[in-house]
Amino acid sequence: MMKVVEGSYAVAHAAMCCSPDVVSAYPITPQTHIVEHLSQMVADGELDAEFLTVDSEFSALSVLVGASAMGARCYSSTTSQGLALMYEVLYNVSGLRMPVVMTVANRALGAPLNIWNDQQDSVGARDVGWLQLYVENVQEAVDTTPQAYKIAEDMGILTPIMVCMDGFILTHVYEPVELLDKEKVAGFLPAFKPEYVLDPANPKTIGAFADPSTYTEFRYLQFDAQQKALAKIEAVAKEFQETFGRTFGGLIDTYQAEDAEIVLVTMGSVIGTIKDAIDEMRAEGIKVGLVKVRSYRPFPVQALRKALKDAGVIAVIEKDVSIGNEAGLVTDLKAAFYNSKIRTPIIGFTAGLGGRDITVKDIRKITEKASAARKGIESEFEFLDLRTEILP
Amino acid sequence: MNPKDLSTYAKNTWCPGCGNFSILNTMKTVLSSLDDEGFPIDNVVLVSGIGCHGKIVDYLKVNSFYSIHGRTLPVATAIKLANPDLKVICCSGDGDSLAEGLDHLMFAAKRNIDITLILHDNRVYGLTTGQYTPTSPWGFKGKSTPLGTQEFPMNPAELMLVGGASYIARGYTHGIDLLRRLFKEAITHKGFSFVDVLQVCVTYFNMYESYNKRVYEVKDNDTGSFDDAMKIIRSWNYDGAEAPIPLGKFYQVDAPRFDQAFPGYEPHKVDRDSQIKKMLENFI
Repeated sequence: MMKVVEGSYAVAHAAMCCSPDVVSAYPITPQTHIVEHLSQMVADGELDAEFLTVDSEFSALSVLVGASAMGARCYSSTTSQGLALMYEVLYNVSGLRMPVVMTVANRALGAPLNIWNDQQDSVGARDVGWLQLYVENVQEAVDTTPQAYKIAEDMGILTPIMVCMDGFILTHVYEPVELLDKEKVAGFLPAFKPEYVLDPANPKTIGAFADPSTYTEFRYLQFDAQQKALAKIEAVAKEFQETFGRTFGGLIDTYQAEDAEIVLVTMGSVIGTIKDAIDEMRAEGIKVGLVKVRSYRPFPVQALRKALKDAGVIAVIEKDVSIGNEAGLVTDLKAAFYNSKIRTPIIGFTAGLGGRDITVKDIRKITEKASAARKGIESEFEFLDLRTEILP
Repeated sequence: MNPKDLSTYAKNTWCPGCGNFSILNTMKTVLSSLDDEGFPIDNVVLVSGIGCHGKIVDYLKVNSFYSIHGRTLPVATAIKLANPDLKVICCSGDGDSLAEGLDHLMFAAKRNIDITLILHDNRVYGLTTGQYTPTSPWGFKGKSTPLGTQEFPMNPAELMLVGGASYIARGYTHGIDLLRRLFKEAITHKGFSFVDVLQVCVTYFNMYESYNKRVYEVKDNDTGSFDDAMKIIRSWNYDGAEAPIPLGKFYQVDAPRFDQAFPGYEPHKVDRDSQIKKMLENFI
């Protein structure tokens, strides 16, 4: 049954349905409601878990390192400055192969201080060894949560996941959502039975030193696990669809992309606006479509090559910037195509930083620019919504 | 100088009745009086962290730096060392200095660096709307602790005393006269001065009624005695609803300061007038 709930509640409910043993988090806007709801669920006896309040995000994720080492299923949520403060621990969790699931309520990073949405926080953490799935609406955030556990806890993968949802736009919106059924989730997501845990009866060391003779192999195994996750993400999305009757794509998803001459590529909640813009433009006879990147890490090179091979031109829209060289998604996409036979022009746009709205008009502007780029690229990368009138 | 001259055009977004207004007004009065007494307001730097308190940098017309969560003191430390002529005042919350930034607070006290820290101690995370902090009482029912916290509060004044702070006091946002006196003493003190301000958050942890019944000002205490200070500080442990709450100056001593260890460092003097003129010429 559809229910109108706040995005944060829906995600907390989804996390609850996954029966985590330990939840630890530190309040930070716009993530706060997610963990408040979870603490209430624990207090109400709806969720049988340890809920640990701590002194910082650094402590929150460190708590989960300890809990995961004991074999607990762990959940956390954070954003922006909180994710930045976790940085050291992010590498520990992935390097120790702990399948922690964390919702990132995407928010801009300071300075300047800004609490609104963009995706600089998680895109900037693309190399920390976590899998990253980006969702387009609250329902997808809900559905992706049990999928995330199933992917992360696969014995061949054992890699933590960030489920990235746009802060405020998705965390604070009230919209109709099909909440998950706990029993049904239990059927979909088996109990977590890790092989390597701390056990007094069978002593072992977790977090040992690796010198130059073995360090590379640890990294290689993480790299290999992310490659294995490519197939797993697809399979789990399919299995979820069979069980729950819904899908938002596996590694990627498409909209009106089959015969599209101009293809827009993006991640996150802006997809709703883009779909509206596409409908408008299609009605005018413009052949435009969308490829949504759902899995940013691992980066689905083959799936993207396949989905984009017939495009006349590709325009990437993203809410992040790699200060110094373009932005994350467009650079990765170009790299994915360079050694292929595809010679489609690719242009990139950063937009919506620090909570600036991306409108249908903006999408039309991008489409026009992309169309013009077919005759020759004028600008490979630009800030789409730059207010030049306030620049010095 | 009229304290009102230290107001800014920024729209104030604190809740009506917030204890932060008392701190803001007290700061205006104290800083303008310092200016009157010959300490130029331009030599004051205000550093804040993240939280409701942090907005004070927008509302007080002095040089200021809005730092990130918990990092008020490292920024202030470096400002002081770079230009020892400056009066460096930190406004920081209990989340900011006792949770994410506790390590920095201990080091500032240990170094006895000549900085003043005003702790906006509302004992709740106000900006994230009502979770417990390190000074919330045991059993505090906040939004992240619906069943009540299972940990005892820390006593920041006690930490500061053992940590090495050379001025320690406690004020209350319902006692402006005392607050003024303490701020003035703390700011003019040479060394690390710490003022714990019981700043009431009317929205998420309204303690006015409880505090009004329990606060009293300490008198005739030997502020040079560590043991006496400890006794007073320990008489209230931030917990329970009964114990009387001492306010006033608990401790003040002269001690070697970290900033004294950097003698002879002459900050690069800039002729401000000619620099500003030069900059303006680009637009004329």
